[in-house]
Amino acid sequence: MPDTQVLVNDFLNKLKKRKIEGSQATARQTAELLRSVISQQRVPYTNQAGALIDAVKAVGEQLIAANPVELAVGNIVRRVLHIIREEDLSLTTAAIGGLNLSAVSDDENDDDRDGDSTLSAAAVAAAARSTLRPPSLQTLLEDTPVSAAVPQTSSSGGDSEGKSKSADKSSRSRKLKHDVIEAVNELIQDIVTCHEQIAEQAVEHIHQNEVILTLGSSRTVLEFLFAAKEKKRSFRVFVAEGAPRYQGHLLAKELVARGLQTTLITDSAVFAMISRVNMVIVGAHAVMANGGVIAPVGMNLVALAAQKHAVPFVVLAGSHKLCPLYPHNPEVLLNELRSPSELLDFGEFSDCMDFGSGSGSPLLHVVNPAFDYVPPKLVSLFITDTGGHNPSYMYRLIADYYSADDLVVQRRATAGN
Amino acid sequence: MGAQKKRAAAAAAAARVSEDPDDLARQPLQAILLADSFTTKFRPITLERPKVLLPLVNVPMINYTLAWLEAAGVAEVFVFCCAHSKQVIDYLENSEWFSQPNFTVKTIESHNIISAGDALRLIYEQNVALVDIACLLKLVSLSRLKLATCYTLTICFLVVLSFKIHGDFVLISGDTVSNMSLTQALQEHKERKKKDNNAVMTMIIKKSKPSPITRQSRLGTDELFMAIDPNTKQLLYYEDKADHSKGTICLDKMLLAENPSISLHNDKQDCYIDICSPEVLSLFTDNFDYQHLRRHFVKGLLLDDIMGYKIFTHEIHSSYAARIDNYRSYDIVSKDIIQRWTYPYVPDVKFCGNRATKLERRGICFTAFNSEIEQSRSAQVGSFTVIGYGTKIGSNSKISDSVIGEGCTIGSNVLIEGSYIWDNVIIEDGCELRHVIVCDGVIMKAGAVLKPGVVLSFKVVIGERFVVPAYSKVSLLQQPTVHDSDEELEYADNSSGTVEFSSIQGTADQSNGEMTSESSEAHKPKLGTGGVGYIWSICEGGQEEEWRHSVAPIPEDKLTELSEAMDDDQELVTQDRTALSTSGELISDSNASEGDDNEDSKDDSVYFEKEVEATFLRAVEENVKVDHVILEVNSLRLSYNMTSADCAGAVFYSMMKLAIKTPHSSAIGLLTLYPSPFSMVASNAYPIYLSGELQQNTANIITTWQKLLKSYLLEIDEEIEIILKFEEMCLESAKEFSPLFARILHILYDKDILQEDAILRWADEKEGADESDKVFVRQSEKFIQWLREASEEED
Repeated sequence: MPDTQVLVNDFLNKLKKRKIEGSQATARQTAELLRSVISQQRVPYTNQAGALIDAVKAVGEQLIAANPVELAVGNIVRRVLHIIREEDLSLTTAAIGGLNLSAVSDDENDDDRDGDSTLSAAAVAAAARSTLRPPSLQTLLEDTPVSAAVPQTSSSGGDSEGKSKSADKSSRSRKLKHDVIEAVNELIQDIVTCHEQIAEQAVEHIHQNEVILTLGSSRTVLEFLFAAKEKKRSFRVFVAEGAPRYQGHLLAKELVARGLQTTLITDSAVFAMISRVNMVIVGAHAVMANGGVIAPVGMNLVALAAQKHAVPFVVLAGSHKLCPLYPHNPEVLLNELRSPSELLDFGEFSDCMDFGSGSGSPLLHVVNPAFDYVPPKLVSLFITDTGGHNPSYMYRLIADYYSADDLVVQRRATAGN
Repeated sequence: MGAQKKRAAAAAAAARVSEDPDDLARQPLQAILLADSFTTKFRPITLERPKVLLPLVNVPMINYTLAWLEAAGVAEVFVFCCAHSKQVIDYLENSEWFSQPNFTVKTIESHNIISAGDALRLIYEQNVALVDIACLLKLVSLSRLKLATCYTLTICFLVVLSFKIHGDFVLISGDTVSNMSLTQALQEHKERKKKDNNAVMTMIIKKSKPSPITRQSRLGTDELFMAIDPNTKQLLYYEDKADHSKGTICLDKMLLAENPSISLHNDKQDCYIDICSPEVLSLFTDNFDYQHLRRHFVKGLLLDDIMGYKIFTHEIHSSYAARIDNYRSYDIVSKDIIQRWTYPYVPDVKFCGNRATKLERRGICFTAFNSEIEQSRSAQVGSFTVIGYGTKIGSNSKISDSVIGEGCTIGSNVLIEGSYIWDNVIIEDGCELRHVIVCDGVIMKAGAVLKPGVVLSFKVVIGERFVVPAYSKVSLLQQPTVHDSDEELEYADNSSGTVEFSSIQGTADQSNGEMTSESSEAHKPKLGTGGVGYIWSICEGGQEEEWRHSVAPIPEDKLTELSEAMDDDQELVTQDRTALSTSGELISDSNASEGDDNEDSKDDSVYFEKEVEATFLRAVEENVKVDHVILEVNSLRLSYNMTSADCAGAVFYSMMKLAIKTPHSSAIGLLTLYPSPFSMVASNAYPIYLSGELQQNTANIITTWQKLLKSYLLEIDEEIEIILKFEEMCLESAKEFSPLFARILHILYDKDILQEDAILRWADEKEGADESDKVFVRQSEKFIQWLREASEEED
């Protein structure tokens, strides 16, 4: 597969050179790349899922190593692995169910991939799933099929077809790949539309005449605010400019273009203004398994200020930002130190960095971390494309999206890299 | 200012959003990368490995350049290899650069190239040859045409098709580190080119203040003066070898006449990144004597007003660009990389197949670590340090501000500070390394010490407890005997160096063991027991400059020495200014024009006098020994190219000055603070005191310093010079002396400073002069009379 290799290398290059910015773009491109990897992968008759998983893992490892700070890459790789496992499982269960109930369920044509609609198949699937991972809290509580909550549902048509031919091995191999690709397509679709899905919930959170504070610029926040505006809510937005990249300026510009009352403040003025604010709504770089947030630098200050004045601190995050890892030393290990030139002009300070005199070591150090870690206790609410969640609920959500196997394997693989 | 900066940042962010990478891709951009610096500044290392492959924070330099070119949207790079071309080509072939999509690297190899100019000429010729063939092929079909027409057609095609270099290209050398975006510079260049066909080159510059003390940039290069038109950004003047001793630079006055405004900068750094139009290549061919890109080409274009080619500048602000020119810039750029100014080309980003490193927090700063290093518990690795893959560090070793390569073994109790240690180096217990460069495969036996500025080339062995003196360079290869500081010869020298290298490498492989044994025998005493290698002698004249370009920081005493010299300079400047203003106000044109004629020589002697005076005053204040003062004055004499008569005059002058000042303690206080500019004022302000006191003072001073004065009175001419000088003083600057002339003359005679012959000869000379000139002769008539009689009596 030379062409996949080219694609992979191309993407690796982009990741390495930090040419892709934003976790959404990264996530989408990762998913698209993995889709082409899967479609190019030749599948043996036995253990097709294993072959696919190996192929994805091989690529995934490289991708994660290329830019370990961009967690979205790892998330998507794990999501795709999970999809493969799930699809494989569903096919197996469907096969078992199909053998048992072929007469009964042949005309079943609803949207149920897991075969849960038929009782016996559901039982088999539940049993099989429990061996794979503990059942999702959501499925237990709401007694709804996983497919309703999990976005990797394959298209409905394929499933009934699968059931009818489930005994046929050769068609099944094609089937698995097809299903996986379908599911990845849905994942991509989800990533693309996550803004809208989050924004749909805007009216539930933003009320008339409220004051919203945000820091820096985030597509998700922008769409969220627009959605509320479109629903005829009138509210004010305080935008902290988000030094040193000052993306808040851009956000303010766009907000004003849409007719929103906007006030631009410096980051350091956040504490002074927070008492007038009803809600803090911010974007995130990644959400960790413990509910902690990796966010643009300065966010921790905002969160602390919000806590001091008991202002709700709401984080918007698409599901691709959910990371199954726990933060260990996030200030350093999950951080990106960017160029100091964003902070100060090299030319102006060139004389401070003359290492030629004195002891030879520079007296002026400029450190420019890109991210902040906001601990879960400071976050009031997460709004993802599946709804609002408490920080303490994150690990359950993550259990829905990722299989435990992948976390461990992936991490061991990266550590050994 | 803060708001402005933010706005700029926001604008930059906006630009980043709108910036379309496809913009550049429309016409594939090309670059010529010179994989040779055509200098010898990195010797002895460059005898064995080309400069572009030297590791910079554990990554060969050329990777930084290529990674940047690739990121900047360059589609095709011609790597021009001269010295050690085989190594460069081998490296590139094994690297990932040849397999990049949308980025092609082609190598051009040539061995008899000795300068950048030659390289560009060769590229031009190759282009032409290529086109020739293409044209000829086309012309085969038109073979009925006459030969002459064919020829003209060829030329036409040549113009139309251009060559392999299709359009604008980036000219860069393989030792440049940058992260700038070329989009804007390129666009500006293209727009200018559209408007004015003569705008052939855009030079990237960056603000960077030179050190006021050492007169060099932070990269260790000489202070650079540029005159730029602030509106059009056209470069009007470029001088990187200004003569600092004079403290002046000369601009052509036509510059001022032709340009409505000029800004003169000394705080710009030349990044050595040029965007050139194809004409540049042909310009090099037309002017076959152009060798150096800046010294010949840029200056040549600026001076040449017939063709009217223009060079423009583009200043970068937030992004980084620097060229590694010497050991100091190697040090500085390494530190900049570790401090992440070159982001994303930093150690923990894998931009070119380097191994993964991770950052660790040490105190408040960060250290890049490879995941697989063996580090003893008690070893202390300080901040801003990069440690390569598979390196072992022993107990109680301290490492700070350093870069350590792959597979090194560092013993216990080793101290490494501000050093660059490349791959597979073995450092045994108790060694000390401060501000040094240690190349691949070096072995340092236990207890060896490297003083600041040392460079150890490949596979050198330093013996036990051996102390390598500061700034020395040690190599397995012997220093080439031909050594000339002359620029032209340096080029030639370099090429011979490469030839010599290839032969040596040939033998080195087959007789590696033999060579070591032989050299260790011959040079055992040089590098301690078991040491292998030659210490290169620092070339004459280079010693003075060695500290400027070394990896080691400039020593404290050098800085103080320089700052003192600078203080003197500043005094001169202020003095000049006062002199200028007074003359401007009071003295009419005649004087000024007169000054213009012999300004240079006059300037020199004035400066010289001031210097001597300053030296003398300092000597008096600090009780410096007479011998030392003599030495200092001598060195001044040499640097200003003065005769010893001038010295005598100047010393005498300063002594007399001192005599005037002495009685007034308040005046002294003033004078020590502002010695020269105020001395006149002071002497005018306190003109009234008893002549007896003054005479006494003069006598005292003369007694104290007679040895100094005498050391310059080798012949009678110098003595006469002193008398003349004294006369001049009495007439002009120190009128207090005029009534005392004869007496002081007597004192001088008594102290054996002046011989009677000298006085008599002076009197004789004055015989024929004007009446006005004879005032002092007449005043001392009695004394002369007495002298004459005395000599007659002796006879």
